[in-house]
Amino acid sequence: MTGYILRRLVSAIPVLLGITVIVFLIMAMIPGDPATAILGSYATPENVARINASLGLDKPLVQRYFIWLGHMLTGDFGRSYALNRPVLDEILDRFSATMVLAGTSFVLCAILGVLAGVVSAARQYGWADRAITFVVLIGISVPSFFLGMMMILIFAVRLKWLPVSGMYAIYGGGDLADLARHLAMPALALAAVATGVIARMARSAMLEVLRQDYIRTARAKGVSETRVVLRHALKAAMVSILPVLGLQAGFVLSGAVYIEMVFQWPGVGRMLVDAILKRDILLVQGGVVFVAACYVVFNIAVDVVQGLLDPRIKA
Amino acid sequence: MSGFLKLLLRNRLAALGGVVITGIVALALVTPLLPLQPPDVTNTAERFARPFSPGHLLGTDNLGRDLLSRLLLGTRLSLAVGTVAALGAAVTGSAIGIVAGYFGGRTDNVIMRLIDMLMAFPYILLALAIVAALGPGLVNALIAVAAVNVPFFARNIRGLTVGLAGREFIDAARLSGLGHTRIILSELLPNVLPVIVIGISTTVGWMILETAGLSFLGLGSQPPQADLGSMLGEARAALITAPHSSVVPGIMIFLIVMSINLLGDGVRDALDPRLKSGALSRPRAATRVAREHVPEVPQQGVLDLQNLETQFHVGRRVYRAVNDVSLHVKPGECLGIIGESGSGKSVTALSVMGLVASPPGVITGGAVRHDGTDLLSLRPGDLRARRGAKVAYIFQDPLATLHPLFTIGDQLIEAIRSHRALPKAQARARALEMLEAVRIPNPESRLENYPHEMSGGMRQRVGIAMAMINEPEVIIADEPTTALDVTVQAQILSLLDELRRERGLAILFITHDFGVVAQLCDRVAVMYAGRIVEEGPTMQILDAPAHPYTKRLIACVPELGGGRRTLAAIPGLPPVVDKLPEGCAFAPRCAKAQEACRRGEIALEGAAPRAVRCLFPEEAPT
Repeated sequence: MTGYILRRLVSAIPVLLGITVIVFLIMAMIPGDPATAILGSYATPENVARINASLGLDKPLVQRYFIWLGHMLTGDFGRSYALNRPVLDEILDRFSATMVLAGTSFVLCAILGVLAGVVSAARQYGWADRAITFVVLIGISVPSFFLGMMMILIFAVRLKWLPVSGMYAIYGGGDLADLARHLAMPALALAAVATGVIARMARSAMLEVLRQDYIRTARAKGVSETRVVLRHALKAAMVSILPVLGLQAGFVLSGAVYIEMVFQWPGVGRMLVDAILKRDILLVQGGVVFVAACYVVFNIAVDVVQGLLDPRIKA
Repeated sequence: MSGFLKLLLRNRLAALGGVVITGIVALALVTPLLPLQPPDVTNTAERFARPFSPGHLLGTDNLGRDLLSRLLLGTRLSLAVGTVAALGAAVTGSAIGIVAGYFGGRTDNVIMRLIDMLMAFPYILLALAIVAALGPGLVNALIAVAAVNVPFFARNIRGLTVGLAGREFIDAARLSGLGHTRIILSELLPNVLPVIVIGISTTVGWMILETAGLSFLGLGSQPPQADLGSMLGEARAALITAPHSSVVPGIMIFLIVMSINLLGDGVRDALDPRLKSGALSRPRAATRVAREHVPEVPQQGVLDLQNLETQFHVGRRVYRAVNDVSLHVKPGECLGIIGESGSGKSVTALSVMGLVASPPGVITGGAVRHDGTDLLSLRPGDLRARRGAKVAYIFQDPLATLHPLFTIGDQLIEAIRSHRALPKAQARARALEMLEAVRIPNPESRLENYPHEMSGGMRQRVGIAMAMINEPEVIIADEPTTALDVTVQAQILSLLDELRRERGLAILFITHDFGVVAQLCDRVAVMYAGRIVEEGPTMQILDAPAHPYTKRLIACVPELGGGRRTLAAIPGLPPVVDKLPEGCAFAPRCAKAQEACRRGEIALEGAAPRAVRCLFPEEAPT
């Protein structure tokens, strides 16, 4: 197992490098002079030259890439011009807020999605299946940002159950209960689409598995139907559900952008949108690389769990 | 094509989606012709007018602009942008995929590596990076959304092209001197085009949603121009005071995406033939039983099948897989059921404990009695309690019939603990004992093995151990040796025979091989097209088969050291059991068939212990 984990980690290195190359190339496409963009009306020739030198923009492209990469490897993501603080500090602050939101959402969509899929498959064509299929269809069709806004209207404005936005109450609060109250709506809104996709996948994976010969064997042994579904079928279905969970984690992580905007959540997504609008290039660059790298690492974790679940993979 | 459309229309939800999206598209197309208010004229005196106010059917927004006309124009813009993005992604992605797949080798490798890198990004993040580089704006958002969807098309089309590039017609085109461009455009493209079109139809909803999303963030369309996303984004500030200005564009996006999803699901289902056959149905815990009456007969053995009828109901067709089958097995006896594949022998075996997949299987008549109790009328819990405990199964191909993700030990222990509340350690000891009984070397370490780590013969021994572990009275063995090679087969058969003699088991043994029957079975029943055509003691039937079909089946077995007899295959195929001919089902393949064979019902009769269903038996049964 350790060997398998190591191999997966090593295989991630070229992917991580590829990500930095792609981000670097995309940012190199920026039309015009980034120094002018950064300086705006302060773009005197001396200032432009100074900025260019400090960004290394006077050097050839390949050299610039390696300088940038080298700095990042030592934890130096550069300085945000708009915020006037190190990019990495800002990212780490914001990323923890995103992790709280996206992490909760991911756990929600994984549990709810698999559960809905299992119930749906176990009661195929029954009323529970029809109800779940209907809700799932709505879930995957409603834009998360619209869903978030409607939740605010209903649960915060009309019913006054939950706070409208933010991560903590401005006065008082700050404890876990306060966080939970602020987290409930954004986490659900963010989880909706992924829950639907996972539920659909889980349903068809379960249906596929329930027709297998080894399920018939379990029944022939006299195993109870609950156990057949929850143990025999679900374990086998998880083999095809897990990769979907990995994929959906990416959607949840990046879909957080919308939800953070709607709920004023102080996360990395809102930071990126602000940075794009303010042309704060280093912050965008650093943020994208950081989040993408986290996602790659997360996917390795998914692969490892897959390896633990399915003994045939190691062989 | 018309069949496909018919299927699509029969799917009511897909049809509904089709109607809604057609309506929206039509509305967007005629928008310029409608007598609408000017969309960009601000009138702060009338800001946030509620829906149904005079002159403004849907009300006005924060600048007093008419929401209806902005909605229709926004819809038009969103649909256009999403569609163009989908087309752009499809064209670029497919071109990349075709080039990679057609040229293969190095080109393919480099391109696909790059595509994999792009796919390592969380989706929207990559779009954000591209917009960051190009700057906010509707066209840039469109490019970004198209770009992140390129890998999807590139991958699918490449896979398809790789398959096509090796085919003869491409070689032929190459030999006839056509250039690469000509081959790609005139030979490859027409073949991958349908997949590209399906790809577009399934992704266009996403792309509309994503471009709307970027606009919502303020990175797409810029004022005063507004697509649905930026309408929603602008309305967000007034969400609480004027919710209608958010609800209107939001619901429109929802309707568009949902109708495209519904339509896309319908297209996918109509193209997937498995859905038609009901093969994606979940088999119930026990086969459905729908009998009119339960035959009452005196108990003859430990297992009695009486006039059993099992059918498969697929759409309007009815397959009579098991047709009026009666069998009796006494304790310590081995009864063989023999027949070609499709003769109904396995379905007969599975019907006993309600293990026929249902749907589509239905037991429509007869009774199955174990020790006099009708198993078909048992409640699910009572049936489950007997499965494995009183009547156990050994299946063919234990690689498919053992669970791949549980160890042998887990599966054996579970079999015990499903019926007896035994502590785990004791159950494990019992599992070990059983593995020894079926002569598995190193049983202790085998308990920790997964099925894929064992050989076929060892796996089948595990299957036998699992069946025997609760000391059942009846074993139903469904072609247990078919997947094994001949020497292993002989070992397994002698193991079964030994266990039967030691423990007084009744065995119902299903096979298609008379050689196996001769080794193990006391009596044999020959099945054809769902019915028993001959029955009697094994030796008598082997010596003097009465039914022409039995005779042909016996002739299929090669004789060791013989070589004088020619091995005769039976010409033709067994009939499909949804439209059986009248009279004898074997008549079309029978050399001796006469007019009378094709008429009326032919009874299974003869002097006990033999019986035959034939008007002109080979020799009168003695």
